[in-house]
Amino acid sequence: MCTMCGCGTGHVHMNGKILHDHNHDSAIDAHVHVPGMNESRRVKIEQAILAKNDRYAQENRHFLAGHGIFMLNLVSSPGSGKTTLLVETIKVLQDTLPIAVIEGDQQTDHDAMRIRATGVPALQINTGKGCHLDAHMVGHAMEQLDLRDNSLLFVENVGNLVCPAGFDLGEAHKVVILSVTEGEDKPLKYPDMFHAADVMLLNKCDLLPYLSFDVEQVIEYAHRVNPALQVMNISATEGSGLQQWVDWIKSGHRRMTRQVVTAEKTTL
Amino acid sequence: MALAENMLQIIEEEAAEQSFTQVSTVWMEVGRLSCVEKEALQFCFSAVTDGTIAQQAKLEIIDIEGWGRCMQCHCEMVLNTLYDACPSCGNYAIKVIAGDEMRIKELEVE
Ligand SMILES: Nc1nc2c(ncn2[C@@H]2O[C@H](COP(=O)(O)OP(=O)(O)OP(=O)(O)O)[C@@H](O)[C@H]2O)c(=O)[nH]1
Ligand SMILES: [Mg+2]
Ligand SMILES: [Zn+2]
Ligand SMILES: [Zn+2]
Repeated sequence: MCTMCGCGTGHVHMNGKILHDHNHDSAIDAHVHVPGMNESRRVKIEQAILAKNDRYAQENRHFLAGHGIFMLNLVSSPGSGKTTLLVETIKVLQDTLPIAVIEGDQQTDHDAMRIRATGVPALQINTGKGCHLDAHMVGHAMEQLDLRDNSLLFVENVGNLVCPAGFDLGEAHKVVILSVTEGEDKPLKYPDMFHAADVMLLNKCDLLPYLSFDVEQVIEYAHRVNPALQVMNISATEGSGLQQWVDWIKSGHRRMTRQVVTAEKTTL
Repeated sequence: MALAENMLQIIEEEAAEQSFTQVSTVWMEVGRLSCVEKEALQFCFSAVTDGTIAQQAKLEIIDIEGWGRCMQCHCEMVLNTLYDACPSCGNYAIKVIAGDEMRIKELEVE
């Protein structure tokens, strides 16, 4: 049962269980006419469509900051190598940091099983028809994962370069993964995602010798959309470039935990 | 789809607060730099509102022009995409100052 919301969308499953039922308490029967109320009038509301998501995201961010948890939201088109990258990253980091993973897919728990095989806890969210994770689902997933203080939390979003861009989950950074088999113009075709991300990982670089992919060009396009975007060339399967990525994670994680220490000191 | 569902939720909450039982028009501002596809939104909106207080509602989309400010020369310009270059200095570092909104402005209700 949900304690935070009166929430919407159909059937979302977490580790196979329905997140919660769709109930339309707030829906009013369209045929009831309240006397004296059926004159046409205008109501100003001025509400941003994503305001609700943004509020949940702020709650998540607040929780994460309080516990020194560094959360990264991995986004990409399907098959660019998110799960492979996570598995390899976990292997490098799991002896030094507590790690947990939230997996978002429309169907199946294959990716969560791949993560659990490393020994790290993973929670699978199946969004059904939903094409992205939202901050509310992720908040519930965080509760269920029983996260450790000062840990590292990865979210693998649903493979989709469009919708996840608009949904803040409360993460420290969005990381967009683009594989070299996808074409150089992806950043221009899906600018919102490259605009929203702080890091771009160019994956499957081991395949470059077999392709005519232009690395300079893709980086130039990505920087048109987002001049501050940090780019790292990697191969999740061969391990090249992973050290730079891992170092980037470690320094972000250190900053996060230091914040908590400072906050504790100031409350003394 | 999620956007349309969020819209319906906002409308239903408003209905409970302001006690109306029918919505005939929804005015919504959509910036040109937001990720909203207008036709797709019209379609999703009519799909999710079916059988609700907004099932008869007409969705009026108000188009908002994109505007940006160059981080280098500080001039302001109309932005058509997130990767336009500054027309006066050629720089790509441009901050979006308008055109990324998705908001419900007003409802006509009874
Ligand atoms: N050559 C090469 N293949 C890779 C690399 N990274 C991933 N792959 C392959 O790409 C395919 C898809 O990888 P996944 O890790 O499942 O990709 P994903 O982004 O998690 O996919 P979805 O969750 O379905 O969106 C697999 O066959 C991987 O072995 C890489 O660096 N080089
Ligand atoms: Mg995956
Ligand atoms: Zn809930
Ligand atoms: Zn300029």
